[in-house]
Amino acid sequence: MNIVVSIKQIPNLTDELEINAEGTGLDHDALQYVLNEFDEHAIEEAVLAKEATGGTVTVIGVDTTGELDGALHTALAKGADSAVKITGDFPRGTDSHTQAKLIADAIRGMSPDIVLTGVQAADDRDGQIGPMIAAHLGVPYVGVVTGVQVKEGKAVVHKEYAGGVMAEFEVALPMVVGVQAAHQPPRYAPVSKIRQIAKTAKIDEVTGGAGPRAGSTVRRMFKPESAGHAEMWEGSPEEVADKIATLLAEKGLVKRG
Amino acid sequence: MAKDILILAEHLNGKLADITFEMVGKAKELAAGFGGKAVAVLLGNGVKSLAESIGADSVLYVDDAALAQFNPEAYGRLLAALIQERNPRVVMIGNTSIGMDLAAGLSVMTDLPLIAYVNGLAADGGTLAATSQIYGGKIQAEALPDGEACIVACLAGAFPADTGKGSAPVEQIASPAPLDDLKVNFVKLIEPEGGDVDITQQPILVSIGRGIGGQENIELAQELADALGCAVSSSRPITDAGWLPKTRQVGKSGLTVTPKVYLAFGISGAPEHLEGMRGAETIVAVNTDSKAPIFDVAHYGATCDMLDLLPALTEKIKG
Ligand SMILES: Cc1cc2nc3c(=O)[nH]c(=O)nc-3n(C[C@H](O)[C@H](O)[C@H](O)COP(=O)(O)OP(=O)(O)OC[C@H]3O[C@@H](n4cnc5c(N)ncnc54)[C@H](O)[C@@H]3O)c2cc1C
Repeated sequence: MNIVVSIKQIPNLTDELEINAEGTGLDHDALQYVLNEFDEHAIEEAVLAKEATGGTVTVIGVDTTGELDGALHTALAKGADSAVKITGDFPRGTDSHTQAKLIADAIRGMSPDIVLTGVQAADDRDGQIGPMIAAHLGVPYVGVVTGVQVKEGKAVVHKEYAGGVMAEFEVALPMVVGVQAAHQPPRYAPVSKIRQIAKTAKIDEVTGGAGPRAGSTVRRMFKPESAGHAEMWEGSPEEVADKIATLLAEKGLVKRG
Repeated sequence: MAKDILILAEHLNGKLADITFEMVGKAKELAAGFGGKAVAVLLGNGVKSLAESIGADSVLYVDDAALAQFNPEAYGRLLAALIQERNPRVVMIGNTSIGMDLAAGLSVMTDLPLIAYVNGLAADGGTLAATSQIYGGKIQAEALPDGEACIVACLAGAFPADTGKGSAPVEQIASPAPLDDLKVNFVKLIEPEGGDVDITQQPILVSIGRGIGGQENIELAQELADALGCAVSSSRPITDAGWLPKTRQVGKSGLTVTPKVYLAFGISGAPEHLEGMRGAETIVAVNTDSKAPIFDVAHYGATCDMLDLLPALTEKIKG
């Protein structure tokens, strides 16, 4: 089983996101980048599939930060067998259309049985990478998936709809899967192991050509002008607890003792 | 280039999803601006009566046994063929579990730009301006397609549903592409197992997110819920980690709740979470990050540590 995982780095959303001087994008240089959390689940699901059926896991991404090695080393420490980075003039925030084309071109020759990727990323303004890779490769895609089982040229996937309803599909491989959550929480790789791997592991490098573009242009980026904002309660946890208890009492939901 | 707007009507289990009406309502407004029509496309089996309940300018439907259930491959093929045939000005698809399997692939197959996570659409002097909600709800990006035509993936709840309800002339069309050699086969629907509690029926919810820190702290939330005589619900990462059953999850892929009071503790307020709770009568958010988007929908907020607040509030309620 030849399993490929496509990953992407995105800004750390707990950082303050600053908008650039033109007001058309983020000030990427001011940001720290982290691996898209759904890609963490894709890596986990890939390693689980390999453990269940045998095979190899190759992790691949476009290096838009100059720091993709760290994410690739972590994936190797978690059980991936090889890592590939696509390099070239691809700045931070490179759109999904470009990344998907680069990844599809790079993995076509690997003849993957199954490609796993995160169902979405927080910066997918022009759409998710998974369905685009599938379209480039001419193979089916199922996303919002919480469990993948592979056997004899087929994958059985569970796709989530709203309200906890799921659909089960059986898909003839090869295919691309958009992972929402691995069927067990992503494993942890000890820092010592990642350091060890960083010293010895070889990351294959592929030079990417010019990609397509997103096909749309941002003319204004801004922080949401929310219709309202919470009335903020200052004070200690006890004081806040008191405010909440009063609110619940006013609504007749608890007795005020 | 036609001026019409094609809308993919979404349905599951014999029911049209609200997103269908939301997009149709918006499409009618935009189509009027472009001098075209809002044309809904319904793919299914035995769906004539569903087609008749969509308030578009017209409704096309394909009736085929292969479409009895949503199938991303079948839908993708038919939509790609329809787009090529009809050259619409705009294609509207839900940014939903179903739509997210389709829009980005169609963008590649048809070479049309895609603008995703859209919660604002305007016909700006004949040009379509689409606003995306990205970076976990922290940023809005207003974009114009580089060419005239494009696909937009619309977030659930972004537009009012009322104007999309009604009826329109319906027309059954032959399947524009073959459906007999699909690689994706639907097997079955899996309904959620009944939970111990029904979080949609609670007057108060103590809802916890990743700010709870660890599984060992769940009991702090449970103690408060016990004192209040209500239930604990959560954001997705908590059920994914297995700390609470799936039936406690609020949001896009969980349940929609409308309690009298929703206590959101350590929940950032990602759009997928807000989708399931913004209808609560009163929302109280506690989050150490004063910029967390949850405060934009909450009525009251505080930035204290939830791990201090939970026991303090439990004490207060117990009196
Ligand atoms: C297709 C799809 C469907 C999804 N469906 C759902 C869904 O149904 N429901 C859902 O919830 N999510 C859903 N998600 C996931 C969603 O995108 C977010 O990842 C998720 O809602 C984040 O959960 P969170 O707020 O608990 O975690 P985070 O975003 O990590 O937020 C944790 C918050 O806790 C705060 N915090 C940390 N420590 C403390 C402390 N001690 N005291 C107080 N505050 C603290 C932090 O400031 C932060 O704001 C879905 C995603 C996708 C792609």
